[in-house]
Amino acid sequence: MAAEPVLVMQDICKSFPGVTALKDAQLRLFPGEVHAVMGQNGAGKSTLIKVLTGVETPDSGEILLNGRAIQPESVDAAQKLGISTVFQEVNLCPNLSVAENIFIGRFPMRGLAIDWKTIEREAQAALAALNIHVDVTRTLSEFPVAIQQMVAIARALSTEAQVLILDEPTSSLDEDEVERLFDALRELKRKNIAILFVTHFLDQTYAISDRITVLRNGEFVGEYPASELSRLELINAMVGREIDEAGYAAQDGESTSPHAERPFVSVQGLGASGRIHPIDLDIYRGQVLGLGGLLGSGRTETARLLFGIDRAESGTIAIDGAPVRLNSPRKAVRQGIAFCPEDRKTEGIVADLSIRENIILALQARRGIFRYLPRRVQSAMADQFIKQLGIRTPDAEKPIGQLSGGNQQKALLARWLATEPKMLILDEPTRGIDIAAKLEIMDLVKAQCRKGLAILFISSEMSEVLRVSDRIAVLRDRRKVGEIDGKAADEQSVFRMIAGAEA
Amino acid sequence: MKATLLKLTRSHLFWPCVTLVLLCLVNVHFNPGFFNIEIKDGHLYGSVIDILNRAAPLMLIAMGMTLVIATRGIDISVGATVAIAGAVAASLIGGSLVIKEGVQTYVSNTPMPLAFAAALFVALLCGLWNGLLVAGAGMQPIVATLILMVAGRGVAQLITEGQIVTVYYEPFFFIGNGFIFGIPVSLYIVAAVLGVLLLLTQRTALGLFIESVGINPVASRFSGISARALVFWVYAFCSVTAGIAALIITSNVKSADANNAGLLLELDAILAVALGGTSLAGGRFYLIGTLVGALIIQTLTYAIYSLGVPPEINMVVKAIVVFGVCIIQSPALRDLLLKHALRSGGPA
Repeated sequence: MAAEPVLVMQDICKSFPGVTALKDAQLRLFPGEVHAVMGQNGAGKSTLIKVLTGVETPDSGEILLNGRAIQPESVDAAQKLGISTVFQEVNLCPNLSVAENIFIGRFPMRGLAIDWKTIEREAQAALAALNIHVDVTRTLSEFPVAIQQMVAIARALSTEAQVLILDEPTSSLDEDEVERLFDALRELKRKNIAILFVTHFLDQTYAISDRITVLRNGEFVGEYPASELSRLELINAMVGREIDEAGYAAQDGESTSPHAERPFVSVQGLGASGRIHPIDLDIYRGQVLGLGGLLGSGRTETARLLFGIDRAESGTIAIDGAPVRLNSPRKAVRQGIAFCPEDRKTEGIVADLSIRENIILALQARRGIFRYLPRRVQSAMADQFIKQLGIRTPDAEKPIGQLSGGNQQKALLARWLATEPKMLILDEPTRGIDIAAKLEIMDLVKAQCRKGLAILFISSEMSEVLRVSDRIAVLRDRRKVGEIDGKAADEQSVFRMIAGAEA
Repeated sequence: MKATLLKLTRSHLFWPCVTLVLLCLVNVHFNPGFFNIEIKDGHLYGSVIDILNRAAPLMLIAMGMTLVIATRGIDISVGATVAIAGAVAASLIGGSLVIKEGVQTYVSNTPMPLAFAAALFVALLCGLWNGLLVAGAGMQPIVATLILMVAGRGVAQLITEGQIVTVYYEPFFFIGNGFIFGIPVSLYIVAAVLGVLLLLTQRTALGLFIESVGINPVASRFSGISARALVFWVYAFCSVTAGIAALIITSNVKSADANNAGLLLELDAILAVALGGTSLAGGRFYLIGTLVGALIIQTLTYAIYSLGVPPEINMVVKAIVVFGVCIIQSPALRDLLLKHALRSGGPA
């Protein structure tokens, strides 16, 4: 604390039409410190970074660099001022050499020719400073993502940076690679560079950070030394609720006991590196298993492995006791598994096709090309679901892309219900949907469950998970840390488990 | 009245048909006998029949191309596939005129059905190769099919040993020049392929799956459609249509020229698909529209020749007309013109 902050952001406000993204946000970065910015989705982390790197102009507020007010107008301008950024998606050229990537756009010249010797020597030195020793003349794509990440950092640092911003640098790294990255960051700390680190991983935050700033709904919650903030306090600051069991522990009351002794799906040690650590799950007919955890904790990754979208590297899946290999969605569908993906637009709806076609799509896919459902049956089926699920549309022939989010979600639900699945995976089924439609969809899910459907429920709204789940598997940093009874649990006990305390 | 007109103009077939009619009118203006059809030697004879007959190979390939484009792909190797399949057919049939017991008889090197089967099989292999690169290796369609486009003519050269192979076997000429009940044989082939395709795309789920994969491949896969297998077979089918077209073309010119057979046919096929109203971005596709598109191209070619446009500039004329047609079919401009017409048209 002896040092003066190298960078101060004061009372930053930024609104977009209809949304206040940042309201009086504060941030202080000290030289030689790693500063983590934490917050849930929509807390304003990315807007804060965008303002700092000149991508967005703040509506009001001040940015002081070494005590002088600055107003970067572009990423380039920010870099010239000494604020370098490594964005989430590594934006390097995989087909160029490591050295070229580090110096691209500012090759040192010797007369009219590029000075390759200097480039190679300095690239080698820049990486050596991060404790990385590789042949810089080799093509970037030959190296693992972690090394590519380091190259991106080396590139960011090769322009006399005082401040280094890392936006989710670890999201595609496995554990060893994260450790390598952290070694490099520690090296940078010794060089007195201020590092801003954005991540969703709690363990990593505590492993590397000296200071934590928490944002919530665009507002500054507080700045804390990492050593003085417990995990539970951090989570509470992020979600903005102290213990209020009364409001959220309220369950429907009716207990849905498992219909069968044996789980419908039993997962043992299912895992894939960089996605999820080996996980055990049992999903019963007539029960909702919730996946609880913060963003990036491996919820969607688990669902994708179960549905055969990504390949599992370890573990087994048994359905009704019989081991199965699910290496494509097609196989999962055959086994009676249905999946409503998180990203409705890009992974769910087929926008230009009609509601009818969207509803029968999965059923038709399972029947194959030649057993085509007669048009009459298709229409009857579509009309029935439109009525049953209350999809608001003049008729079934309207392109699904023209419906509202809630109605699209219901149509997707109809697509899967038409296949009469045995298990339904719902990944953020209520995201971007108004509250009335949200409740309707949750009721539909509950009703299906009572009919004996097994449900795996994923939502970033913990209260929602608690309300519908019979059991909750709690995930943290891509690892299952425990399981709790959904009836007995409240948000606080889930958060305590996420924080790592014994519940 | 206005409402029906508007509804009519919204049909995807409206603008291609308008274009075709306009082109025919141009032809009639310069050649009053354009629509005349007479019966000569027991079969129909006239400009229109000629256009239909000559458009047959393009119509076939364009139908295959329609499906490829509907899946978000493109196949620029069809011209080369025509050269390969044509070379196979011509080399296998070859043929010569011999006198057997005092009677002139044509003898082929290989039985004709076998030669046809071989040509189509080779075309299928070309398609499987494309499909493997696109669906299996995940290459971009234009790059994947570029390989065969470039290599294909070399392969055809190998088959013909660098020569133009001339066919001397009368029965083979029937496909490209023959008539059944007065109508060119090639049109029966087009009708048959169209019939099969309409059946497959409308009476089975194939059409739905192709459109679904073309609009949103990820969502389609997540719904349990085997998108890769579908794309794979669509490329295979497209090449087979090129193989059939190759038989007609080879028969028509009675020879196989590895360098020129089907030259630039891929571009005409893509153009036919686009003129027919199918978006190059994939998704909804229109087979009948594609056929109209192919006829537009052939009618245009005919008009250019019959007008006596000097051969050295006929490509420019063709380009100008195609540009005009594409502009007319652009929805943005169309809406603009329509709005203007309705406003200035007053109470219609």
